[in-house]
Amino acid sequence: MTIQIKTVDMEPKRQTFGHVARRIGEGKSATRYQEGTFDVQPTTNFHYKPLYEPEYWTYDPRKTRVVMEDWYKPLDPRQYYYATYNISRATMNQAVERNFTFAEERALADKMSPAARKQIETYLLPLRHLHWGANMNMTEITQRGYGTAITAPAIFSAGDHLGMAQIISRIGLLLDGQTGVSLDLAKEVWINDPAWQGIRKLTEDSFVERDWFHLFVIQTLAINGVIFDLIYKMGDAGWADAQMTIALLTEFMSDWRSDESRWSDAVIKTVAAESEANRALISQWASTCIGAAVEATRPLSAAFLGDGGAGAEMAGEATAKRARGLGLTL
Amino acid sequence: MSAKKLGLKQRYAHMTRGLDWETSYQPMDKVFPYDSFEGIKIKDWSAWEDPFRLTMDTYWKFQAEKERKLYAVIDAFAQNNGQTGISDGRYANVLKLFLTGISPAEYQAHRGFAFAGRHLRGVGPRVAAQMQSLDELRHLQTQIHTISHYNKHFDGISEFSHMHDRVWYLSVPKSFFDDARSAGPFEYMIAIGFAFEYVLTNLLFVPFMSGAAYNGDMSTVTFGFSAQSDESRHMTLGIEVIKFLLEQHPDNLPIVQKWVDKWFWRGHRVLGLVAMMMDYMLPKPVMSWKEAWEIYYTQAGGALFQDLARYGLRPPKYADIATAEAEHISHQNWAIFYQYTHAAAFHTWIPDAKHMDWLSEKYPNTFDKYYRPRWEMWGRMAKEGKRFYNMALPQLCQTCQIPMGYTEPGDPTTIAFRSSRFRGETYHFCSDGCKDIFDAEPEKFAQSWLPVHQIFQGNCGGATIPDVLNYYRLANGADNLDYVGSPDEKLWNEWQADKLKTAV
Repeated sequence: MTIQIKTVDMEPKRQTFGHVARRIGEGKSATRYQEGTFDVQPTTNFHYKPLYEPEYWTYDPRKTRVVMEDWYKPLDPRQYYYATYNISRATMNQAVERNFTFAEERALADKMSPAARKQIETYLLPLRHLHWGANMNMTEITQRGYGTAITAPAIFSAGDHLGMAQIISRIGLLLDGQTGVSLDLAKEVWINDPAWQGIRKLTEDSFVERDWFHLFVIQTLAINGVIFDLIYKMGDAGWADAQMTIALLTEFMSDWRSDESRWSDAVIKTVAAESEANRALISQWASTCIGAAVEATRPLSAAFLGDGGAGAEMAGEATAKRARGLGLTL
Repeated sequence: MSAKKLGLKQRYAHMTRGLDWETSYQPMDKVFPYDSFEGIKIKDWSAWEDPFRLTMDTYWKFQAEKERKLYAVIDAFAQNNGQTGISDGRYANVLKLFLTGISPAEYQAHRGFAFAGRHLRGVGPRVAAQMQSLDELRHLQTQIHTISHYNKHFDGISEFSHMHDRVWYLSVPKSFFDDARSAGPFEYMIAIGFAFEYVLTNLLFVPFMSGAAYNGDMSTVTFGFSAQSDESRHMTLGIEVIKFLLEQHPDNLPIVQKWVDKWFWRGHRVLGLVAMMMDYMLPKPVMSWKEAWEIYYTQAGGALFQDLARYGLRPPKYADIATAEAEHISHQNWAIFYQYTHAAAFHTWIPDAKHMDWLSEKYPNTFDKYYRPRWEMWGRMAKEGKRFYNMALPQLCQTCQIPMGYTEPGDPTTIAFRSSRFRGETYHFCSDGCKDIFDAEPEKFAQSWLPVHQIFQGNCGGATIPDVLNYYRLANGADNLDYVGSPDEKLWNEWQADKLKTAV
């Protein structure tokens, strides 16, 4: 049974904005994602060359070596615009709140073995710095990139990484009785522990990458695929008796990873499919940065999982397989 | 020894600045290549006081809640054909000006705050700038979604993005933001964070949103309410930035002062469009531009600069001229658009007798003496079938890019002209404020993409008006010209007639 309320139908003159209609076809109604994304970045008739980089315009497709006839081809399969992004993250975060409450009520931190605690302090908490590095890179892609189809989801991703760095920080505070001692220690580890230095160097090297799409590949394919996946996805055994607790407290990260990779994989796939030149260039970038990430992660894998670096290799292989699935030749 | 539990402030520090580290595999100056060339000296980034302590989980929660409410209203507005309930069909022109002129500026702010959010060396301001980058994207997208429904019925909205990059008067806000975006991160923060978002926001955001409230535009005013808490966060960031720079080193004062002077005047010129909107375009006016200037600049700005005087900062140069101009600027701007209505993507009209009386009341010193006679003359000409169009392309100010129609301070019957020589060329300005800005950075402002020059150089589709309108994607006879006789007016009258029929 349905009931129908009578409303006044007014014939609209047009269904959507001109630039959207030219993309989806005249007379079709557009989604909010389309209206909020397509062609909203300025493209021409700029007034002044940037004082800090006069060789480019502020918005300039030449800031990457890959070439797209249209930077609104690599769309976001999640169709995020600001509202849907925030609503999605607010929902994911409700689980975080429940899980932290659960862990606090059951005093899960006190029930861990000292060995498990040591593992978390040394191999989980320093990840907050890697998330912060990822936040810097995704913000850089937002400011430097071309076309809102990529730059808008990039600032969402930057927000995600800041949020995840803060979740890791909360895990530290849960462990150290809200004193911050564990976080100071984790920073020491990040700065000085040999197991982390390859990863820290990889991160710092990414900070000076000027080609924003190259940076996109380094961050979303290599760093997310090798390092974050090694720890969040393949690292269960490393947490000893705290395995369930860590799984619970990092639930957001696994939700995020499957959510974001839908987007970042689609972007790489679309940009690589544009031309043989793009495919060759991105393949070369992917091959190099996945290799570098595996090298950088090997000492961490060995120290964290006691596997002599095999975990890093496996994460690298999985990432290479993913890259091949996106049409890259490695 | 047991460590103490963290207070809120230290906890927030762990959640933000604690994440950062001094790089050693790459030099910090290479990681942050843009934060030293402007000459700003920062001794201690850790002295930054976080103006609000928002973590991402709270951000997502608050913002998601606001978005749910806002989109419920936008949906209800569309479902119930809220566009038929506005005060008058003329009101839609305010939204045209807003979406073509202001919303693209929100986008530029989004990308600009991402620049500051990556390239300022201090983590505190970087995190705050990133959140503002997210907020500005929100404002762009919610404005598009709010006005999307109007676009289905009214002309002049559909090509907002294409027009922003091309149409002559839209180069005024565009060049303003291009200017800020092509500056370094500190100037950007003073230009947009302080001058625009703090000093002038009440003269931009508030007039549009109050205009919406007074004129039955429930959709836009709901956006306004929803964005209010974002805006107050942005204001707190803006004031914190300027205080921080001034506290860090005495050498920063002359640099910051120069930026405050520049961006006040740049902002004042852009706001001339808002002045015209408030005084002429709102069927139900909220207050006059002069009143708004008195409350939001003279009083609020006065108190602000009194507060900042302890750092040695003085009020912006030419603030007195801007205050004197508040008597004239809306009248002069609307007159420019009336003359060039064939090349504008919104409709113009001569104010009716009642509206002119309102202007006389609000502008007792100037309206009857200088501006009413002109409107009455143009009204008579239109009646005689000789509606006045200015078919000559105007000279533009090299800095603000507004046609040179403003008058001398203290002499409203003489057009103001200023000029400077640079590399063998003469550049023209509407005012001392605009000339000073050029003279301080001639290499930059000599580059301006001046719409009129570009038309003459053949870069805008051709030499005739139809060619240029075509290049603008401006539908002749629909988007432009007088409201009276426009398709918008016809549609509005049909809606009104329908309402009467239903009432009977």
